[in-house]
Amino acid sequence: MSVIITDQGFQTEDWTGSFTPVTDLPANAASVEVAIDLPSDFDPLKLADRLEEIDFIRVDFPSFSDGRGFTIARQLRLMGFGGRLRARGHLISDQYAMARRAGFDEVEISDEQAARQPEADWLRRANWQAHDYQSRLRARG
Amino acid sequence: MYSYTDFDEAFVRERVSQFRHQVERRISGALTEDEFKPLRLMNGLYLQLHAYMLRVAVPYGTLNPAQMRQLAYIAERWDKGYGHFTTRQNIQFNWPKLKDVPDILDALADVQMHAIQTSGNTIRNVTADHFAGAAADEIEDPRPVAELLRQWSTDHPEFQFLPRKFKIAVTGSPNDRAVTKAHDVGLRMVRDASGEPGYEVIVGGGLGRTPMVGKVIRDFLPKADLLPYIEAVVSVWNLLGRRDNKYKSRIKITVHENGLEKIRDLVEERFNALRPEFGGVDQTLLKEIEAQFTPPAFVSKPTDAYEAARASNAAFRSWTDTNLAAHKADGYAIVSISIKKHGATPGDATADQMRVMADLAESYGHSELRISHEQNVILPHVHKSDLPAVYAALRDADLATANIGLVSDIIACPGMDYCALATARSIPIAQEIATRFDELKLEHDIGPLKIKISGCINACGHHHVGHIGILGLDRAGVENYQITLGGDGTEDAAIGTRTGPGFPAEEIIPAIERLVLGYLDLRSSPEETFLETYRRLGMEPFKAILYPPEDKANAA
Ligand code: SF4
Repeated sequence: MSVIITDQGFQTEDWTGSFTPVTDLPANAASVEVAIDLPSDFDPLKLADRLEEIDFIRVDFPSFSDGRGFTIARQLRLMGFGGRLRARGHLISDQYAMARRAGFDEVEISDEQAARQPEADWLRRANWQAHDYQSRLRARG
Repeated sequence: MYSYTDFDEAFVRERVSQFRHQVERRISGALTEDEFKPLRLMNGLYLQLHAYMLRVAVPYGTLNPAQMRQLAYIAERWDKGYGHFTTRQNIQFNWPKLKDVPDILDALADVQMHAIQTSGNTIRNVTADHFAGAAADEIEDPRPVAELLRQWSTDHPEFQFLPRKFKIAVTGSPNDRAVTKAHDVGLRMVRDASGEPGYEVIVGGGLGRTPMVGKVIRDFLPKADLLPYIEAVVSVWNLLGRRDNKYKSRIKITVHENGLEKIRDLVEERFNALRPEFGGVDQTLLKEIEAQFTPPAFVSKPTDAYEAARASNAAFRSWTDTNLAAHKADGYAIVSISIKKHGATPGDATADQMRVMADLAESYGHSELRISHEQNVILPHVHKSDLPAVYAALRDADLATANIGLVSDIIACPGMDYCALATARSIPIAQEIATRFDELKLEHDIGPLKIKISGCINACGHHHVGHIGILGLDRAGVENYQITLGGDGTEDAAIGTRTGPGFPAEEIIPAIERLVLGYLDLRSSPEETFLETYRRLGMEPFKAILYPPEDKANAA
């Protein structure tokens, strides 16, 4: 089981569909609800003409020290992805603000991680819109 | 000088409070040591051989007197009464206790300073020409842009867990005093055909185990495009940089393995996507930053007292010959205070010395101080008529060593004395070389010569770009020192070439002495510097001096 974290704290999974590895993305997915899993070494540009068909992207963080997922999220948003975007794996609460600022909607961690890093630690960083240098430097984003 | 906005102030306070909480969570076990490590590193806290070390950022090397005094206070209150200025314009405290660090960070915040991103796999403290705003050869003061980069890179959400560290240097002068070609990104201010200022962008330079001179990725980048372009570079590298081998993760290897062309194309593509995101908002902020870097009100007064002191006091004259640089304003000089007294640890200053320098900056230096990457302290704006008083005060504080740019103005990394990675000592070698040449009384005759020493192949002492580089290695449990010649960290950047077999610790000082005395015989005139002589004659004559045939005979 896993815990979903949003600005409101710990949530239970509300996505009832399944996640498909990006390599198994159907050739024409426009008609169904599609959620895909991206590994952290995936080049998001490869999805350039498929984003319209995708509702939900979950980006893997194999280790909290692997920061590629932040750039992947940012790039997906820059490419116009407007669906649900989730960071999943080994993240620590200190990374919550980074994840939100990079364009993720939410974070998914395991129950074990959640036991060690309680909800209060994550809520501490729910103020990710404050103290953000980027918001002072950019017209948007 | 830049003064914090309310936003900056709130940011550093919030950051200290986050770090305080992280320390508590580490102690409670909520964070594993693995998880805590990058968090403490991105707040400047590093684990050395014997203790924690706190590396405090001196953004683009600029300090005011109140800040310098606070560093003195921190040194006395929480450390052993001294601090160490580094090659990246930071200051390090070698003996803080973990539990005290949040308080030290609060004390720094009290004077608008921090230790953010001075370590770890982040974009590090941006360095700049230490003569910025004062140099006679400057196109534009690079510090406003360095401050803009500081703000942009601070806590940048994409770039806190990069493949490795990322260093940026910027210079506003054609004479490169910021070693831009040895950085992950170097920015050199240039003008285009119409006279507009912009940057030459250099990428993939770096020293370490695989030294590389940076390559030009963009000949001319308009000033306004800086942030989207640099963000594109770092972003491309974040996805492409290797994470399987930390010795291959720096951008210099990414550029080397993928080719400059491919990286350039990817960067341009990303840049085009990012450019509209900024929409000029950053340029408005830059204008506000620039307004804070207005030059001081220079005065015009006679310099007779200075000329008279030079004529009557040989020690003063010698100091002015070596430790002053040309200032853009009439009657002014840039004063370099040597933190390299013969026999002392290069870059170490005591709390008392810090206070003296702060006082001098306040009384005579328009309240500005700089830290140079050569580990000296600079008073960038001193009127020449005040120099005799400045000199007298420095002499009383044991800070009047007249050796800037000379053989004893050595850069040495911490080496075996502090560093867990060291394979040899470097500070004691620097001390012995300086002491020896002081005894010989030839330093001024020898002229400009940069010796740089590293205690292992990570090259923190920049030995690759020393005119004479010394690299300390471990050969079967015995220290062995390799020499390189011809390195250069300026706009003509070059990586030094190895002379041949290394020398054991007891032979390295005599070897350096032979080399330098040999140069005196080889030079075509007293004006020809060591580096020029090396460039004219090549390695052979120096090799012959270093490895005389008698040695072979003796060995046989
Ligand atoms: S060069 Fe090596 S010994 Fe010197 S500071 Fe760097 S890592 Fe330590």
